[in-house]
Amino acid sequence: MSAGPHYTLYHPRWYRRRVSVWWWLQKRSYAAFVTREITSVFVAFFAVVTLWQLRALVQGPEAYERFLARLQTPLFLTLNVVALVFVLFHAITWFNLTPKAMVVRVSGKRLPDGLIIGLNYAAWLVLSAAVAFVLLRAA
Amino acid sequence: MARITPLLWLLFSAGGTVAALLFPVHMLLTGVAVPLGWLEAPRYEALHRLVTHPLTRIYLFVLISLPLFHWAHRFRYTLYDGLQLKHLTVLIAVLCYGAALGGTALAAYLLWNLR
Repeated sequence: MSAGPHYTLYHPRWYRRRVSVWWWLQKRSYAAFVTREITSVFVAFFAVVTLWQLRALVQGPEAYERFLARLQTPLFLTLNVVALVFVLFHAITWFNLTPKAMVVRVSGKRLPDGLIIGLNYAAWLVLSAAVAFVLLRAA
Repeated sequence: MARITPLLWLLFSAGGTVAALLFPVHMLLTGVAVPLGWLEAPRYEALHRLVTHPLTRIYLFVLISLPLFHWAHRFRYTLYDGLQLKHLTVLIAVLCYGAALGGTALAAYLLWNLR
């Protein structure tokens, strides 16, 4: 054996198995995780629709009528239905995760997870009813 | 970046809560029920009067802005992990938060100019 260290010309690359871009399809829980991440795209979509409606309101009655007509096209109707399904998935997973993200203590005792989740759904119900009431009264 | 990370997480969770609590009802009414004719669309004058109310303006600003930051934060990590784009960290962060800031500015501008 030769004495002294032996240098290779190139630095060896560490062996790393390449992970497929589709890694999240291999397991149900991974797929659910990525679906949850993707809901954000539909959240942004509806924020943009709301901006668009607001712009129509600023521009005047004709622009508002055009906005309403656009939403009736099959393209936007489909997009809106798909977006609603994804945002519902976001809402449900979000509510169910709150006790993990936020531990609430009342006089030193931790509130049970079910109670926190229940309060979320109750708030959801009340707020949805309030929004629907205000919007339908304007209709 | 490290210094504003807590703020970004705060915006993410506040936006996620706003989107979870308020988006479904708005989407169901504006995006589905009205276009399908299940409900009559609010008349321009009535909706305009509702939206010019100061409280509604604040409500709409929050309703648009916070969920956009929620999207920016979550989508950023979707691109990193889902599409394995970790090497584009800075570019993706600038584009995502930039878009959210742009949308927020546009919302402020429109709400300000609504007469």
